[in-house]
Amino acid sequence: MDLSPVLISAKTASVSVVLTFFAGVAAAFFVFRMRSGRRKIFWDGVLTLPLVLPPTVAGFFLLFLFGVHRPVGAFFLEFFGVKIAFSWGATVLAASVISFPLMYRCARGAFEQVDRDLLDAGRTLGMSEWRIFRKILLPNALHGLLSGGILAFARGLGEFGATAMIAGNIAGETRTLPLAVYSDVSAGNMEGAGKYVLILVLISFIAVTGMSCATYLFQGFERRETR
Amino acid sequence: MRGLEAEIGKKLKNFELDAAFSQADGCLGILGPSGCGKSMTLRAVAGLVRPDRGRICLDGRILFDSGKRVDLSVQKRKVGYLFQNYALFPNMTVAENIRAGMRKGPAAGKNLAELVRRFHLEGLEGRYPGQLSGGQQQRTALARIFASDAQCLLLDEPFSAMDSYLREEMQIGLAQIIREFEGCMVLVSHDRDEIYRLCDRTLIMENGKSVVCGGTRELFARPRRVAAARLTGCKNLSRIRRAGDFQVHALDWHVTLQTKEPVTSRITHVGIRAHDILPAPEGEDVPNRIRVLVKEKVYSPFEWTLVFQNLEEPGAGIWMKRERGDMQVPEAVTVDPAKILLLEE
Repeated sequence: MDLSPVLISAKTASVSVVLTFFAGVAAAFFVFRMRSGRRKIFWDGVLTLPLVLPPTVAGFFLLFLFGVHRPVGAFFLEFFGVKIAFSWGATVLAASVISFPLMYRCARGAFEQVDRDLLDAGRTLGMSEWRIFRKILLPNALHGLLSGGILAFARGLGEFGATAMIAGNIAGETRTLPLAVYSDVSAGNMEGAGKYVLILVLISFIAVTGMSCATYLFQGFERRETR
Repeated sequence: MRGLEAEIGKKLKNFELDAAFSQADGCLGILGPSGCGKSMTLRAVAGLVRPDRGRICLDGRILFDSGKRVDLSVQKRKVGYLFQNYALFPNMTVAENIRAGMRKGPAAGKNLAELVRRFHLEGLEGRYPGQLSGGQQQRTALARIFASDAQCLLLDEPFSAMDSYLREEMQIGLAQIIREFEGCMVLVSHDRDEIYRLCDRTLIMENGKSVVCGGTRELFARPRRVAAARLTGCKNLSRIRRAGDFQVHALDWHVTLQTKEPVTSRITHVGIRAHDILPAPEGEDVPNRIRVLVKEKVYSPFEWTLVFQNLEEPGAGIWMKRERGDMQVPEAVTVDPAKILLLEE
């Protein structure tokens, strides 16, 4: 069995979940702080779009921007000598963009659930906005942020459509686990595909149970809060 | 200029907030029904909501002035705020909560120990807010405010989250803290007992407007305004027609009453506290004698309420409260003319 898809997928999902986590939390905080309801709704829509679009459509847009002869892609190639489309970087790009809305929505929901009085209390006590974010908002939203991170990781691991569009299916380079399953099935190698499927199911299951465990532990934390 | 001065105007969904008060030191109570804008007033002073117009000064510092376009951030106002549910940080222990308001410095550790002792939190430093009783939570929240260098203290319904049996005990505890605080305080409540116990001066608010302001005892004794009489617990209110310099006809009750104070043309209502109505002794000539037609009797643990009408010409019900010791329904009642509250709308 060729183990390269396992390694590529692991690398892609790990790097993309880090990017998504910080970008998602930052975007959620940005929208959370908006005062105007209309602007909130607009940005919420824009940032959620990759979740509801078919992945191939998202891939199409990515190709449109990051393709070698397209504005952003050409810029990266010319100034940094980095080719994004059809390289390993493209798998990270696709996984990040597709999993971003999950992280963003979980983080925003978690922020909205934090009692506003806690933030106001921090302000009346003279805490800076940055300190309030770190010491009050983040710790009290941690549960939601972790769930978001795990969902985003699982979604990034399973990303297929957009990856196929912008990263292609190059063995040993951009062939992630879902693409390997597809390739093996196309070639009639059901047995090889089955092994990859098993690995995917296993990792996904561990991720989701991990999330439930986290929830359970946090319930303990909340019990401590309310007795 | 010491103390707090505020004039706050803000358009809200249901009404227009228009409050004004000043308080040099000691405690000002804002008494009003739920939703009258009293909490909003407090939030505006702290900077948690922005008024449309007005001016807020604390110890000579301008916190907000719509004319001069001054609007200090919440952090710079140095206003301590006790939230209704105390808003303790659930992810921090008691000690961490208190420390959260402190400025960094070598004195921090010593300060913490002193605050813990002063607010009777010894042994609870490592507990989380959820592991504390309501009273301990309130003391922690107060210690946290005292740790920050707040120059005035705003208390938003401090006892509403508490069971009634705890409330009285906590009010006594808070009274002591209030005496020790060097600065002015504003306490917002819909509970007249709370205000009476804790505040030197009282501001009555209704529908977003300041109705009347004055010394608490004076205001409870002579409310002067209908809203003030109602909010200070006056059960009997009636519209009147002036019948002389010292006489009014109560239109709702169909009785004519003698007053001790002169009735001016501005008086529109009279009020009688339920406790000021006494049984009239048999056969004696007493002022403001009303013959009783019983409408209803209601019993509470320590007193009972008689609702009656004027027998000669029944009108609206009048409430009379008696101790449980004296259960007899009187034939007639009397009200001391000095106890008739003359009120303006």
